[in-house]
Amino acid sequence: MNSNFILNLIRFIVLLTIQIVVLEQVKFGGWINPYIYVLFIILYPINSNRSGFLFASFSLGLIMDMFCDSGGVHATASLLLAYLRPGFLKFAFGLSYEYQTIRIAEKLSVDRFTFIMSAILFHHLILFSLEFYRISLFFEIITRTILSTIFSFIICIIIIYLIKPNKR
Amino acid sequence: MQQILNFLIKNSYKLLFLLLLGISLTLTIKSHSYHRSQYINSSNAVSGYTYNQINSVKEYFGLRQKNEDLARENARLKEILFNKKDTILEGKIVVPDILSDFKVHQAKVTKNSYSKQENFLTLDRGSLAGLKTDMAVISDKGVVGIIEKTTKNFATVISILHTKNPLNGKIKNSNHFGSLTWDGKNAGYVQLIDVPKLATLKKGDTIVTGAQSYIFPENIPVGKIDRIFIEKATNKYVINVRLFNDMTSLGYVYIIENKKKKEKEILEAATEKDPTK
Repeated sequence: MNSNFILNLIRFIVLLTIQIVVLEQVKFGGWINPYIYVLFIILYPINSNRSGFLFASFSLGLIMDMFCDSGGVHATASLLLAYLRPGFLKFAFGLSYEYQTIRIAEKLSVDRFTFIMSAILFHHLILFSLEFYRISLFFEIITRTILSTIFSFIICIIIIYLIKPNKR
Repeated sequence: MQQILNFLIKNSYKLLFLLLLGISLTLTIKSHSYHRSQYINSSNAVSGYTYNQINSVKEYFGLRQKNEDLARENARLKEILFNKKDTILEGKIVVPDILSDFKVHQAKVTKNSYSKQENFLTLDRGSLAGLKTDMAVISDKGVVGIIEKTTKNFATVISILHTKNPLNGKIKNSNHFGSLTWDGKNAGYVQLIDVPKLATLKKGDTIVTGAQSYIFPENIPVGKIDRIFIEKATNKYVINVRLFNDMTSLGYVYIIENKKKKEKEILEAATEKDPTK
């Protein structure tokens, strides 16, 4: 339990640092910006305190907002994803997910791909909708969501491979 | 009472969610509804410090470009200086009294954004260096934005690439004014709207800041006319302006303080209130 907490804290800090120090500075093609801090919400242990999870996701988003001068869009998107994560888990792994101890980082299967992809897509859709905030820019929102989702997804998968815990 | 407590405990997760959702949505909507209401911004000590550190590393990558820019600006200033000498000899110099009205500070952009709808920059100087809200920010090539908030050591700037940041612009060498806005699509272009149809203009004309603004001095270059449309509803020009500045790569900027801004504001406020009018 305690080591779990420390692991998550480290993840929180490391992902935020990478996001702000590296990814916010490098923009692919001028405006495609991958958001890998979502990985924190995706990888958070399933059977842990739900309120703590909500609060952690919210503060993650809020810190992003502070650094990006974006009002509260990251906080909203992160919070919604955290709240609805059980739904995405059900969607990807079937109803039985609660009884298994799924470790998302362990092995990459189709289920896990589906889960990560849908979670990122949802997060980015909320994020860009709130950021653009105008229905007349619908197509811009969709284009950015899709392109950024692809980039975020690729980088997230690479990171998961890199931090995959060694088999003991 | 007991039941209320039970209800609260039972639904604490949902209530927490709703509370946090309320906070974040309020922040989001506030930041969209009026551009001067950002509660959480990057001019605080933590993010200001972080961006300073990041920038001190990034600076090394752009040294060559910076040197070239500085050399070019030096050349331009020398040109002005040498041309001045000639006019002194001719005995016909007019020192613009603009020089005494404005004070110029310099700062460095440590954080730049241009891919959002509402873009803000962060500078490495703050109120200690004399920066205040509503000062104009320009670079050697043209307009950059307006200072929004300052702390002791940092300042945030509303970029010209902000969908709710109307500046006053005009066509150079004429007095036809319009509002400079941004449609949020391309970081290389802004729009000059509400220009009366009487104005004569053509592609390639220069757009500069107008004299109506309290903030910007007149005739600061903005960009060149790229395309001209006529808006059907109002029958006025909408002009696409190609910015002189590359907003995606900003280094050192100048901050212009208008010493007579307050005086002008007080005068205009008093005129509008005047009951005899």
